[in-house]
Amino acid sequence: MTRQQVLDLYFMDARCKLIDLAAFLDRVDRGTGEADFRLSALQDSLKALSGAEPLRAKTVLLTLSDPTLEPAAKALGKGAVGAWPGAN
Amino acid sequence: MRYIEPHGHMVSRTTDDYQDMVTAGCAAVCEPAFWAGFDRSTVHGFHDYFCQLTDFEPKRAARYGLPHFSWLCINPKESEDVKLAEEVIGIIPGFLQRSNVLGIGEIGLNKNSRNEMKVLEMHVDLAARHEQLILVHTPHLEDKLKGTRLILDVIRSDSRIQPERVLIDHVEEHTVRLVLDRGHWGGMTLYPVSKCSPARAVDILDVCGGDRLWMNSACDWGESVPLAIPRTALEMRRRGWTAEAVDRVIYQNPIRFLSQCPKFKLAAESA
Ligand SMILES: [Zn+2]
Repeated sequence: MTRQQVLDLYFMDARCKLIDLAAFLDRVDRGTGEADFRLSALQDSLKALSGAEPLRAKTVLLTLSDPTLEPAAKALGKGAVGAWPGAN
Repeated sequence: MRYIEPHGHMVSRTTDDYQDMVTAGCAAVCEPAFWAGFDRSTVHGFHDYFCQLTDFEPKRAARYGLPHFSWLCINPKESEDVKLAEEVIGIIPGFLQRSNVLGIGEIGLNKNSRNEMKVLEMHVDLAARHEQLILVHTPHLEDKLKGTRLILDVIRSDSRIQPERVLIDHVEEHTVRLVLDRGHWGGMTLYPVSKCSPARAVDILDVCGGDRLWMNSACDWGESVPLAIPRTALEMRRRGWTAEAVDRVIYQNPIRFLSQCPKFKLAAESA
């Protein structure tokens, strides 16, 4: 596809998601109490968007991932939250 | 359009879904054993579930003219209890000869724990001993990268397993290369919020090529879309893919992988 075709097909969708993301960050700001590691993980991963290579989706996913390799001693619960809280 | 749904948890879906899928061109559905949303407490619960997957559900699908196949295992979400897992794995050989069983799956990891790893190794051994295909679930969200790496190493450490007879499911941009570089097949799951969107799945096909990749809806009792494959086919057409190229990914690719099990046969394999 040409860049023009990609823009024709996806620009409005990307614009919509960008404004939603901005509104989400505003909503968090207006909230009360402390945020947690998910907000800083999201803010960290936003930096990938200004990268120069077409590896942004991969970089965002890696930023949000557990980078360790040691199996957990026990499965605590079944769910995942979308961002790695860190080693502690 | 014709397509295969290689990963759908149909016991959680309604007959309306069967009708919609067949109307959209679904030619076969494959159902891996899954977590019910609660932990089954005994091996008898799994026995009944395996009967449902290998007897009742194929009959329900047949009412809509849809061939139904299944995969058997104890799901990683229930693998923390190793003793129960051993009991469940013990009854699986009794089901492997059933006509719609394609292999062992969806096995894998959920929270990447030591017990989950043990049960994964037991499943891989079961598949090797009975010469079964393997379908692997990779963990969700932040756990996926680590889980994928651990799973790939478990599989590689069993020399009886041929890489091309293993499909690693739920790949995304950060794991797809790891899977393909080991010689396995990769599955892309089309979910509304997590895993892949249709646009990203087509991006991955554009970047990695469609040689050893398939797509699935993984429709179950959670937020999921049984028609995700035909909708993604529409996305491919909008992006200029030819009908033949779309067919290769959504119909011919699943057939190429699944036909490694001689039981996977479609009655009318025509265009
Ligand atoms: Zn599944």
